[in-house]
Amino acid sequence: MKSRTIKVDYLARVEGEGALLVKIKGNTLADVKLKIFEPPRFFEAFLRGRRYSEAPDITARICGICPIAYQMSAVHAMEDAFDVQVQGPLRELRRLLYCGEWIESHTLHVYMLHAPDFLGFQDAIQLAREHPAVVQRGLKLKKSGNEIVTLLGGREIHPVNVRVGGFYRVPTRKELEPLLEQMKWARDAALETVRWSAQLPFPEFEQDYTFVSLRHPDEYPFNEGRLVSNRGLDISVHDYDDYFTEEQVAHSNALHSVLKPGTPYFVGPLARYSLNFDRLSPVAQEAARSAGLGSECRNPFKSIIVRSVEILQACDEAIRIIEGYQRPDRPDVPIQPGAARGYACTEAPRGTLYHRYRIDESGTIREAKIVPPTSQNQKTIEQDLRHFVAGHLDDSQDELRWRCEQAIRNYDPCISCATHFLKLDIERE
Amino acid sequence: MAQRAKPKLAVWKFSSCDGCQLSLLDCEDELLEVAGELDIANFPEASRAVVKGPYDLSLVEGSITTPHDAERIHQVRRASKFLVTIGACATAGGIQALRNFSDIRKFTSIVYATPEYIETLSKSTAISEHIPVDFELRGCPINKRQLLEVISAFLNQRKPNTPAHSVCIECKLRGTVCVMVAHGTPCLGPVTHAGCGAICPAYERGCYGCFGPMESPNTKSLSTQWVRLGARESDLVHAFRGFNAYADPFRKESEAHEK
Ligand code: SF4
Ligand code: SF4
Repeated sequence: MKSRTIKVDYLARVEGEGALLVKIKGNTLADVKLKIFEPPRFFEAFLRGRRYSEAPDITARICGICPIAYQMSAVHAMEDAFDVQVQGPLRELRRLLYCGEWIESHTLHVYMLHAPDFLGFQDAIQLAREHPAVVQRGLKLKKSGNEIVTLLGGREIHPVNVRVGGFYRVPTRKELEPLLEQMKWARDAALETVRWSAQLPFPEFEQDYTFVSLRHPDEYPFNEGRLVSNRGLDISVHDYDDYFTEEQVAHSNALHSVLKPGTPYFVGPLARYSLNFDRLSPVAQEAARSAGLGSECRNPFKSIIVRSVEILQACDEAIRIIEGYQRPDRPDVPIQPGAARGYACTEAPRGTLYHRYRIDESGTIREAKIVPPTSQNQKTIEQDLRHFVAGHLDDSQDELRWRCEQAIRNYDPCISCATHFLKLDIERE
Repeated sequence: MAQRAKPKLAVWKFSSCDGCQLSLLDCEDELLEVAGELDIANFPEASRAVVKGPYDLSLVEGSITTPHDAERIHQVRRASKFLVTIGACATAGGIQALRNFSDIRKFTSIVYATPEYIETLSKSTAISEHIPVDFELRGCPINKRQLLEVISAFLNQRKPNTPAHSVCIECKLRGTVCVMVAHGTPCLGPVTHAGCGAICPAYERGCYGCFGPMESPNTKSLSTQWVRLGARESDLVHAFRGFNAYADPFRKESEAHEK
């Protein structure tokens, strides 16, 4: 009986350090393991004993790719604890900041990390040799997202301006206005990106996923909403721990987040899109339809189109916010810390990001819990690999290895994010 | 005519958030140009392709926190002609070095149900604690302008121009009103290494020291000033124990205020 092993010792074009092991015996798939060997980083322990106000700066350091997501989940959880509502222009500015991160992070993934897979290039630099205009469009689009983050946050990575209750300083209308031209260009470029990504070659591969994301009464979700699924889940973020749990499994390197009692689920662009199509702006809905997407998308390889639709959504939203902006009188809402618990989920580019804190009467963090999107998707990624490989057993080793890597990159996994990930030795037979 | 071989660039990751290496991809206007001058030989975050070493320029991100990484860094050194550490993790142990002040077993059991699976060192240490380093670039994260300066200095075989004065000087250069003098906001700027362009004061908050200590900082005198402004001992411990907690001057000052 022929037996094959596919090993990828170091997954490229993902954030953080991971590896893949696939074992095939004869005509059956014996084993699939997504290995994570990012060293543990202990953020939940570091947060104990720090002031509530330090959480946004500290948690930003979990991930250089989506620091805003960490800052947003942290500030919302603290505000939940202290019963504070941040409304009006401050809320709009937070959405704008999130738009910037989505544009920057999604565009990085679409053009530099994912597209090369579809076109058979090792990286975006090679892609740029054959298609310079495409890569230049991608870089400029990414830059327009970064410009929002830099203006509102001070810099692209680990911005300094976010605080519990709002910001340290809010921009004047005049400071925001120059972004408008750039964002109008970006909206066109995003539309182009949807069209361009839609004509890439996609494997036939549809799965019956459990999608989970936030859902807001009238917005495409960023910071707020109820947690819903396509299987009837509809809960307040406060009840997260009653429905979700993390399992530490010896055979894998990571904590797996599951829906109790043990169902894998899927967070991120595909889930958000499929659960919130009706909340997309008309231009994004229209672009999605002309790209051949329905109101639900169950082919993870097509996540590149869905991400592009979300870039368009974020550009459109950014324009709306900048046009309507009126500078508030003060940059933040005053906070009265006290003994409390706070909960929040926001939609990081890669999916739902959960924070929970327990604070004491002096405003000191006593307990913190953080569940990043990648740890939630990990079980689903392994399932995809199982199903995908089973249908491609006859492919050559190189082809199959590349396709497996691509199947993982569909999720844009951010391994650095997954603070829980452990180091374990690669299993040997 | 035969083309001169381009210098080979490698980017290595240890324990980190990936933000510093992302800074390179965030150089949207210069990325393709850099790729034209250097052969990107090993950069897993950006490419599947791996060209064998030795490498002319290695950028190292992240700190050493596992026995395996403590070995791996020696291989990286052997494969690299010129080695630059990028960011606070690589140059000072980073935020992960907060563990150095505590008992790692306690930490492990806070985060993991089965701590036995975890293999980690009790300290997070800078790259230079393990191998000789040719140049260190500060910041959590690094400043991408400075990164480009380091790369172009390397290409032109000159010393990078990255001044070692404090953030205060950058405030002055930028014309920012001092938040400590004008608003009585505690600021770590006077003891923090320049490089960011004095971002925080420009956003009306105090510097929190993400570029680490400047050359010969007077941390003691700054602490006295903070106390005058109403800071408690525990605030001082937290202020110095941040993203560069294990850089010597910051570590010592934080320890001086611990009960
Ligand atoms: S604001 Fe801070 S960094 Fe700027 S001059 Fe004042 S003390 Fe120095
Ligand atoms: S914390 Fe200090 S060094 Fe870091 S960005 Fe702010 S001003 Fe610059």
